Amino acid sequence: MSQAAPAGAQKADVIGDMWCGYRGEDWYYPRIGGTAGLSSKEFVTSQREAPRDLAGVLDESSQTLFLTELWRGLAMTLKVFFEPKVTINYPFEKTTISPRFRGEHALRRYPTGEERCIACKLCEAICPAQAITIETEEREDGSRRTTRYDIDMTKCIYCGFCQEACPVDAIVEGPNFEYTTESHEELLYDKQKLLANGDRWEVEIANNLRSESQYR
Amino acid sequence: MAAQAAPAPADDLIEVTVDGKPVKVPKGSNVLQACDAAGVDVPRFCYHQRLSIAGNCRMCLVEVEKSPKPVASCAMPAGPGMNIKTSTPLVKKAREGVMEFLLINHPLDCPICDQGGECDLQDQAMAFGSDRSRFTEVKRAVVDKNLGPLVKTVMTRCIHCTRCVRFAKEVAGVEDLGMTGRGRDSEIGTYVERMLTSELSANVIDLCPVGALTAKPSAFTFRNWELASTESVDVSDALGSAIRVDARGPEVFRVTPRLNDAINQEWISDKARFQVDALRLQRLSQPLVRGAGGGLEPATWPRALAAAAEGLARARGHELRGVAGRLADVESVVALKDLLNRLGLAGVDGADSVLLVGTDPRAEAPVLNARLRALALAGVPFASIGAPLDLTFPLLAAGDVVREGWNGFAVLADAAGTVGALDLGFVPGAGARGVAPRAVYLLGADDYEEGDVPADAFVVYQGHHGERGAARADVVLPGAAYTEKFGTYVNAEGRAQSTKAAVGPPGAARDDWKVLRALSEVMGAPLPYDTLAGVRARLAEVAPHLARRGALEPPLWLGADALGVGGAAGKPAADPLATRVTNFYQTDAISRASKTMARCVRARQNPVPGL
Repeated sequence: MSQAAPAGAQKADVIGDMWCGYRGEDWYYPRIGGTAGLSSKEFVTSQREAPRDLAGVLDESSQTLFLTELWRGLAMTLKVFFEPKVTINYPFEKTTISPRFRGEHALRRYPTGEERCIACKLCEAICPAQAITIETEEREDGSRRTTRYDIDMTKCIYCGFCQEACPVDAIVEGPNFEYTTESHEELLYDKQKLLANGDRWEVEIANNLRSESQYR
Repeated sequence: MAAQAAPAPADDLIEVTVDGKPVKVPKGSNVLQACDAAGVDVPRFCYHQRLSIAGNCRMCLVEVEKSPKPVASCAMPAGPGMNIKTSTPLVKKAREGVMEFLLINHPLDCPICDQGGECDLQDQAMAFGSDRSRFTEVKRAVVDKNLGPLVKTVMTRCIHCTRCVRFAKEVAGVEDLGMTGRGRDSEIGTYVERMLTSELSANVIDLCPVGALTAKPSAFTFRNWELASTESVDVSDALGSAIRVDARGPEVFRVTPRLNDAINQEWISDKARFQVDALRLQRLSQPLVRGAGGGLEPATWPRALAAAAEGLARARGHELRGVAGRLADVESVVALKDLLNRLGLAGVDGADSVLLVGTDPRAEAPVLNARLRALALAGVPFASIGAPLDLTFPLLAAGDVVREGWNGFAVLADAAGTVGALDLGFVPGAGARGVAPRAVYLLGADDYEEGDVPADAFVVYQGHHGERGAARADVVLPGAAYTEKFGTYVNAEGRAQSTKAAVGPPGAARDDWKVLRALSEVMGAPLPYDTLAGVRARLAEVAPHLARRGALEPPLWLGADALGVGGAAGKPAADPLATRVTNFYQTDAISRASKTMARCVRARQNPVPGL
């Protein structure tokens, strides 16, 4: 970019440099202000310098006459047409997800069937969206238990702080992300729903926790 | 107290250096107090400024120049010219060592511990603790003790600071707690299984630096970080202890003492602390009117006020009587007095008062009793006229105490509303006695005498708990309890203090003075104030000292004329003079509705379970 470019040209350059796109396997990010790659001038034809000698004029005219830009674009289209497709046929196909994936919440149990949650309320305290509501009481056997454990899934921002805070791995964000509902109320989860989630996803959750245990 | 607060003369001060900063402290201070005076924070577990020094937690180790070892600062007297260092590597290492030892047998159960979040050990372990343990042997476990219905124990968490033992012995005056065993086997307990027989027992919950002693009635129901605090005043007795009301949403969960050297120091009675469970039980949350069938039926405010106005209007002059209850704040009392006066009468019956003679401070104001006990142990002679008492300190014969030049009376009122009502002149007017009232206005009065409320009288009850008064009433107007309103109370000393609203009144209930203001409008004699500030301005007119918060005032009503009648015509009563408070745990509508207080009464009848 020349130093002498007018102010309006500079603005257009910035817009041009912001451009990025998908090209084959890689995302392509143009270098801001650089000369390599696609310079902004290729996109802002009005700013292009006019050729000054005869060879330049001939070259430019032939490029225009033979539609070379168009052919190059169509060649790219043809190349991508024969490459394997990246789109998957959801919901019949699914991608793999990370063991750290933070999906739908679940309350876990011990193998004995005893619920893990000890009602320490750390998840409630740390929740930045204040989506968790807990009420606690002493159970008949003297242990500390929740009488209410609600998560407002429409408030939740899926940050995973609740599972980070949990000292007993009771509340976890499991691998499930397919729980859309038709009404808001269905997304106000109570303890029963969360425990049911835990029972349903226990195998996957336990595997994920085991694979992540050395990084925690 | 005045002697303590006054600055010591210059020659009683010594100068020490704390972390290079010179500081002057009174002679006889210890090193820890010198550090506090210098603004240097020294970690501690066993040291407490109102208890004797035990020096057994070893957490307050500091380095003193020319001393070969770190010294326990709480047990070391400060000497002139002492050079104290609190931030050297030696001190840090010493404290880390102590912390490691303390954590050896401490269970890591902070998530299920009610102290979690406000625990001294937790905080100081963050500062001085290691993030992992070198201890690989088995942690010890201790059997929990049964200390009654108020104090929950998890003795495995105990670090043996003995604050609770010293409190019970020195302040509460009951030698129920002690330490048995040595070393790893030492345990805090009650020797034989027995509840703490003190009205101040629950203060050990605040004293315990760890989660070994926690509140049993509210166990596991809240976390301290969820609570919003409001600084208020206790009304469970006439002492007016400074309290902090902790609430979450619309519910009060906890009451803890606030520091007030002039009144309660930092203790409160068990009743003040644990009667709050009653604030959600038996509440009057909507106006009630006695229906055609004879039962009380829910009504709207306009209907209830109209019914009350109609019933009260039937009475003429002295036939209308107002009775203020034990928990009436002076705002509502002045509103009631103004209303009755506007309706053209003077017959008003106030709450009762009790002379120190024939009183039981242990039952009526246990925190005051603890302070009297401190005086008694300091050598001030005490005696009691009346029924025999166990005040936790020795009493002499009355003749040995009363001397020439004995200056007057101290009156210990037994209810929070008493002194305020008397200060406002809420006493029976001339000609009020002997006239049977046709209409009675009970302002939170459940302890009225049968004679004050004849069977055929029209009764309006305004209050917060459904009890004797509400059951008798023809119209019930729901009011606010002390945690729900800004009300002024005058304590037994004559100190006007205000409660602050921590939560809102339940349902349709309203502030008491607002109810009276609304009723006055319906009765066609509107009171001239519409705001709390207006009521307080009126209060300042009637009794100027009520506007001066926290200041001591001599009681206006305790003049010669108030007592002269009894002096001239009094004759010895057949029964010994005795306190009116026979049951410490249940004295007013709130504490009688409390399940916790009911459990205390039951436990008191049988302090040694199984016997």
